[in-house]
Amino acid sequence: MSYAPTLIDNVFGGIRPAARALNKAASTIQSWHETGTIPQKHWNDIIIAAAEFGHILTAESFFPLSPQVPAQHGYSFDKPHCLSITDFHRVDIENLLELGGHYLDLSVQKSTREGPLRGKTLVNLFFENSTRTEKSFELAGKRLGADVISMNIGSSSVKKGETLLDTATTLNAMNPDLLVVRHGASGAPALLAQKLSCAVINAGDGMHAHPTQALLDALTLRQKLQETGQKIDKRDIGGLRIAICGDILHSRVARSNVQLLNILGADLRLIGPPTLIPIGAENWGVDIFHDMETGLEGCDVIMMLRLQLERMNGAFVPSKREYYHYHGLTREKLAYAKPGALVMHPGPMNRGVEISSDVADDPEISLITRQVEAGVAMRMAILHALSEAQNRAQIKAAS
Amino acid sequence: MSALFIKNTRILDPDSGYDAIGHILIQDGRITDFGENIKAPKSIKTLDGTGLICAPGLIDMRVTTGEPGRENRETLETAAQAAIAGGVTSMVIMPETNPVIDDLSLVDFLQRRGADLPVNIHIGAALTKGLDGRSMTEIGLMADAGAVLFSNGQTPITDAQIMRRLLSYSASFGALIANRALTPALSDNTVAHESDFAARLGLSAAPAASERIMAERDIALAELTGGRLLVDLISSAQTVDVIRRAKATFHKNIACSVSINHLALNEIDIGDYRSFAKLAPPLREEYDRQALLRAVNDGTLDVIVSDHNPRPAGEKRLPYAEASSGAVGLEILLAAGLSQVADGALDLMAFLAALTCNPAKLLGLNTGRIATGAPADLVLFAPNRPWVCDSEQLKSRSKNTPFDGRRMTGKAVHTVKDGDVVYSG
Repeated sequence: MSYAPTLIDNVFGGIRPAARALNKAASTIQSWHETGTIPQKHWNDIIIAAAEFGHILTAESFFPLSPQVPAQHGYSFDKPHCLSITDFHRVDIENLLELGGHYLDLSVQKSTREGPLRGKTLVNLFFENSTRTEKSFELAGKRLGADVISMNIGSSSVKKGETLLDTATTLNAMNPDLLVVRHGASGAPALLAQKLSCAVINAGDGMHAHPTQALLDALTLRQKLQETGQKIDKRDIGGLRIAICGDILHSRVARSNVQLLNILGADLRLIGPPTLIPIGAENWGVDIFHDMETGLEGCDVIMMLRLQLERMNGAFVPSKREYYHYHGLTREKLAYAKPGALVMHPGPMNRGVEISSDVADDPEISLITRQVEAGVAMRMAILHALSEAQNRAQIKAAS
Repeated sequence: MSALFIKNTRILDPDSGYDAIGHILIQDGRITDFGENIKAPKSIKTLDGTGLICAPGLIDMRVTTGEPGRENRETLETAAQAAIAGGVTSMVIMPETNPVIDDLSLVDFLQRRGADLPVNIHIGAALTKGLDGRSMTEIGLMADAGAVLFSNGQTPITDAQIMRRLLSYSASFGALIANRALTPALSDNTVAHESDFAARLGLSAAPAASERIMAERDIALAELTGGRLLVDLISSAQTVDVIRRAKATFHKNIACSVSINHLALNEIDIGDYRSFAKLAPPLREEYDRQALLRAVNDGTLDVIVSDHNPRPAGEKRLPYAEASSGAVGLEILLAAGLSQVADGALDLMAFLAALTCNPAKLLGLNTGRIATGAPADLVLFAPNRPWVCDSEQLKSRSKNTPFDGRRMTGKAVHTVKDGDVVYSG
């Protein structure tokens, strides 16, 4: 998707002529040339300037029909599935985040006739209820031009005695290219990946992993950092102190975020009551705190997790009131963190249990609505990257 | 009856500590003589044991079959074939069948079913009716009919008062009471050992303390009542310490078993959610495995069992949390143990004692030893023969084993039951 160098060279004949034609500093053009992309606000000027050079450009010129998945360091993304963050290494993650950033810049509805997933079949297989994850995968697939089928298996089919592998066999007959799975049992997507010939994307399995959520959280954070200009170098997620707070024990989002943010080099903290911190978490490359006051000290980012209300029955915490008092994020507790600290939450939120409404709704500090927005873009990037890797593998196998 | 002469073999008898190259003479199903200087009678059938070790036939104290009720898992016949292929000549079958073995007539029925098989079938009867954990079965009558041990299967007796009465009542018959060491409140609905590894995999897990708490309770109750207790299937280092302490102060009535799986595997074998490595108790840390091996070597653990638990693929090929627990083990038991011996982790004599004379004494059987007049139940094995475990080649009706594809050292070559060679491989 690195279209800027070609565009600058072919239309204007190089960086300096382009700078003259657009009346911009050569260093600006130089930076477009290097990053490979051009910010959307300049597109209109470029289209007008290009017309004077006899080139007719459209928005599609800035979003080539089959953008290449970035191949940094001469390494192309070749993973067959997206099951867990640990499937990826740093370069994979950088490539995915870069592609996600591209789709986020371009938050326009794409023509479905021409997307990079045209002719591919995407099946959404959800054994657990979900709103945002399922819909964002559906939308991501459609924007990229795939044929999307959503299957809500729920618990009824399971009661009828159909096993996961029976379902898999049925699906295999439909010959899907990409399968998005959410299942209540840890490891279920891994089992499907072993038995199916398509790319499997884990949309949450038990208490194990939710890699696409972790990636979209990182994308949201990186976009915000780039905007505020504090941390221009994107590796700077690495310089941040990030606290993940609340019910870590039952959270697949927390597990995936710990893995991803560790790879990106953040200084990580887990904060929660001892009953909600997993055994052995001290070996995960994190510092563990049981009170918000000391835990939040110096934190740049605070990720809150949903407290599932049924946890009250299992004597994990005594009451909503006490939980909110010690572990709910309020203005007062936020004051322990670094000034200007950002707040995230994977949703759905329990207002007044783990987070107060005035914190959640403050656009200055809360990234919560941006996370939903980044969800579609990040999932487009993941689907696109897996699909390209699949195409390359098929070409390789054919030759 | 037949006669057999086994020549030039290394005879190992853990009961007496006898270890020498020699010959064994068998007549009418019994060992009539053995040693270095005995002569073969004329025209007798001879088995050459050169390069092999001859030990008493193994006694597996914990075998679950599907007969009656779940014959798709395993029948007594298929279990017997698996047993002799693994050098096992006696097995105790668990009461978890359908119907449960909680009645005199079923004990009798299964003994008759087992009479024609090439292994000795002993009955482990249910402790409570329908394994409900509350109402005592006819322990005395079933013991008289031949039940050698009483167990509540996979579910322990939760109520301490009931357990106390079971131990107290059964003490007058000298019956052996086996109780699984686990605390249901901690272990119910969990599928793994609580550790960093399970937390990463997102599996619901029970702490090793669950096992220790129940073991401590049962030992205290055995001490209180004088009942005979088998702490069944321990798997953690902390329970080993509990048993060691109990034996130091009060040892007579307490015995302890461990499954071969927990001596050979650890939690890492679950790997990428391999449901075939889902066991009860769960596989634990390497630290625990090492402690268990040491405890077998120093005699703290009395008995090694296969914990043979056949499950068809349909019950196993599920997401890890939904798959059923258990593995077949009759054919793996000896080889997996010999592999540990070859690694220097297990002492050969201690390993064989835990499979022969120790269980024989606990159960009151006259097998499990090489002695003049003892039944000629023997196994001849090649201690260093390498082979690769292929689950499809197993004789069990179910093929669920975590050892599939593993390289093993040591294999049963001949199995002799009552003087007849019932298996040669």
